[in-house]
Amino acid sequence: MTRPASTKPLSISLKSCAKTFADGTRVLEPLDLDIHAGETLVLLGPSGCGKTTTLRLIAGLEQPDAGGRVLFDGVDVTAQSIELRNVGMVFQSYALFPNMTVAGNVGYGLRIRKLPAAAQRARVAEMLAMMRIEALADRSIDQLSGGQRQRVALARALAVQPRALLLDEPLTALDAQLRDALRVEINQLLRELGITAIYVTHDQAEAMALGDRIIVMSHGRVAQTGTPREIYHQPASHFVAGFIGTMNRLSGEMGANGFVCAAGIVPWYGGHSAADEILFRPEDVRIAEEGEPADLVGSVAAAFFLGDRTRLFVDVGDRQPLVMESTARCTRGVGEQVRLRVDPQGVLDLSSQRGSL
Amino acid sequence: MIYLLLPAAAFFGAFFLLPMCRLFLVGGSGTRGWSAYTAILTDPVYFNALLATLGVAAATTVATLLISAIAGVFLQRHRFPGNALLVSMLTLPLAFPGVVIGFMVIMLAGRQGLIGALTQALGGDKWVFAYSLGGLFMGYVYFSVPRTILTVMSATEKLDHRLEEAARSLGASTWRVVLDVILPGLKPAFISAGAICFATAVGAFGTAFTLAARINVLPMVIYTEFTLSANIAMAAALSFVLGAVTWLVLALARTAAGSTVAAAG
Amino acid sequence: MRSHKMLFGLQLGFTLAVCAFLIVPVVLSILAGLTSNYFVGLESGLTLRWVFEVWDGYRDTIFRSIGISLACLLVTLVLGVPTAYVLTRSGSRLSRVVEELLMLPIAVPGLATALALISAYGGMGSFRTSWTFILVGHVLFTLPFMVRSVLAVLASIDLKTLEEGAASLGAGFRQRFFDIVLPNCRNGILAGSLMVVTLSIGEFNLTWLLHTPLTKTLPVGLADAYASLRLEIGSAYTLIFLLMIVPLLLALQAIARPRRKRFIRDDPVPEST
Repeated sequence: MTRPASTKPLSISLKSCAKTFADGTRVLEPLDLDIHAGETLVLLGPSGCGKTTTLRLIAGLEQPDAGGRVLFDGVDVTAQSIELRNVGMVFQSYALFPNMTVAGNVGYGLRIRKLPAAAQRARVAEMLAMMRIEALADRSIDQLSGGQRQRVALARALAVQPRALLLDEPLTALDAQLRDALRVEINQLLRELGITAIYVTHDQAEAMALGDRIIVMSHGRVAQTGTPREIYHQPASHFVAGFIGTMNRLSGEMGANGFVCAAGIVPWYGGHSAADEILFRPEDVRIAEEGEPADLVGSVAAAFFLGDRTRLFVDVGDRQPLVMESTARCTRGVGEQVRLRVDPQGVLDLSSQRGSL
Repeated sequence: MIYLLLPAAAFFGAFFLLPMCRLFLVGGSGTRGWSAYTAILTDPVYFNALLATLGVAAATTVATLLISAIAGVFLQRHRFPGNALLVSMLTLPLAFPGVVIGFMVIMLAGRQGLIGALTQALGGDKWVFAYSLGGLFMGYVYFSVPRTILTVMSATEKLDHRLEEAARSLGASTWRVVLDVILPGLKPAFISAGAICFATAVGAFGTAFTLAARINVLPMVIYTEFTLSANIAMAAALSFVLGAVTWLVLALARTAAGSTVAAAG
Repeated sequence: MRSHKMLFGLQLGFTLAVCAFLIVPVVLSILAGLTSNYFVGLESGLTLRWVFEVWDGYRDTIFRSIGISLACLLVTLVLGVPTAYVLTRSGSRLSRVVEELLMLPIAVPGLATALALISAYGGMGSFRTSWTFILVGHVLFTLPFMVRSVLAVLASIDLKTLEEGAASLGAGFRQRFFDIVLPNCRNGILAGSLMVVTLSIGEFNLTWLLHTPLTKTLPVGLADAYASLRLEIGSAYTLIFLLMIVPLLLALQAIARPRRKRFIRDDPVPEST
């Protein structure tokens, strides 16, 4: 709605971009990455995994080590500094200029581009309206709440009609409730604008909600690339499986009827495997109905009432108890025996990835 | 970006570093040769001046810290009407130059001073000590109290109240809290403020100059060597040593307190 | 409770005494400058005679001091602000060394600095006898105050990210410096400027050795007056000096009061709307 139809979304490529800091620390191993025009790509990982460095390489705030190249629509921009790349950036700390009002901040990029004053005013008004902060136009930055600052930062980044929008943990500084609300808003905004967006976060729920694609990073490398569903349901490694959501692990060995472990036999239809461990999500295990045969039998180690549901920790004779969820009305107490069914579709075997990330 | 430093670096090199090197060479060019640099320890005249200087500086430091600690903690911890005005008055003489402070000492303890008039009115002798080491001490305290109070106040503000509450919850009395929590918390501020105080008192010249030429502290000796005796080499050597001493005191304090410390005045 | 009240009273009394120690001589000297004969006392009557006498005799030192202090301000701004900026942004070991070096002129007594300047440039006649010789000394002595004042403000804001924000909007180095850096260290520049002018007007330690009979400054004149003229004239001269310097000090106090919160990195701000 705010960008002219003529501006096509940008595609971005990184070609063997590595980054070594002056003190010798390698924060990013050589990385090849293609970001499609118009998609929202989330870079997800724990702190120090190289996700912010990747974003800063795209922005032009960092230079890749020799040999690395950054391409915008196929054009090499590696040598261009950020002020020439025309990318909108939203910082974790917002980086709003305390010496300017809200309107001054939003209009700063337009002032730099020497737009006529009337056009500047019109564009600023449009952006403030889009972010629903018209009333704040003349406020100073000191007088804004965190959520308001976030909106101003977005309006400022988008005002100059950037070729791509780069967001560096934009919601981290906010409290949980506000984070959820703004996440929905940002999602809507990105869909409406159709702009290429790269979003850095360490919050997997945020990544799931916003990303067309997610790149999970660890120790300066890509651990997995895929849609949120792929990442969640088919994690490529133990690291990804453990970083995103909760994952149950059972050890045992493959038998003729399934995976045999201390508490029973988990159905396995994946064909021949030498796995000595299987994984499945809490939502893929449930309490067996009356009279239904059970896959596993265990005893409740702990039960937490969460309001809308009950979380159970079930001791099945393994190192870790199984985590699962039951209805809010579940009244099973500690020590009680439970019979469990496991959804065979949710059972994963990552034994071939053992030793990788 | 680094080229933005060039003007300041050029100015500083030409007008400080180079002259300091020159001063060092001049110090060794007199009749004594390079032994001018050790004369401060070997020549009784200079050595006594050194002792007097260090003594008055040490006394100044102790007195200033005591006064400022009591007043500074008090002003920061108690909000009462007139507090702001008191702080304002206490810090007003912050940048008074040494000459003016010398004059303030004369107003208090000089021949027509208030203290003399008061003691005489009370039937005693007329106290006049402005023109001695006592007057110098008074002047240096006058000079150092305002900035030290400011340092103590800002350090007190940064003290964690919860530590005191924790100490009280463990049964500590007021005095124990002061001894075990407040004073250790203020120690870095005391070290840095004390070092500034000491270094300033060692190097100050204006106050001594105003009070009298007879007070034999090092800055006055240097001045006398330079102007009256025209012994430029000796003056250079002594002032170089004096500069090294004050710089050393501040550098040591900075290492101990872990913050930027510098003298003024 | 009673012992608390007593402790409060003792501390208040002590603080008031300290305050009297600092303020009473100032008041005395003001009175002395306005009294016909201080030895006789206030009964001799109030007069502006001494003030006019000082004005007639020492006017030139007052104007020279104001001129030098303004020139000193200009030079310290041009040299000091970029220096503080580079020191903040580079953060390298080199910048620590530079900072340490720059602070030397306030660690080393003015007497030593003055002698060093004389021994290096005393032979250059026209420079030695010009007011710029004094200016050089004042700049050396006041530059650290300007640098530190600006540094303190720059250290309290996340300048790097602010600049990155401006760069992401297309601002080049010059635009960033003038639009973002300078406005955001305005308070530091202001405080530094007041300090520089105040210190330059009152500088004596260096100036006493650097001045020539034709380049006397206000404090040099003060020392002259204290040494050789009657107390009333010294006091009147001091009064004029205080009139110049006290407004500056009050302004310094005013801007040193706590300011509104500034942009601070990673500070979680609770939503309140």
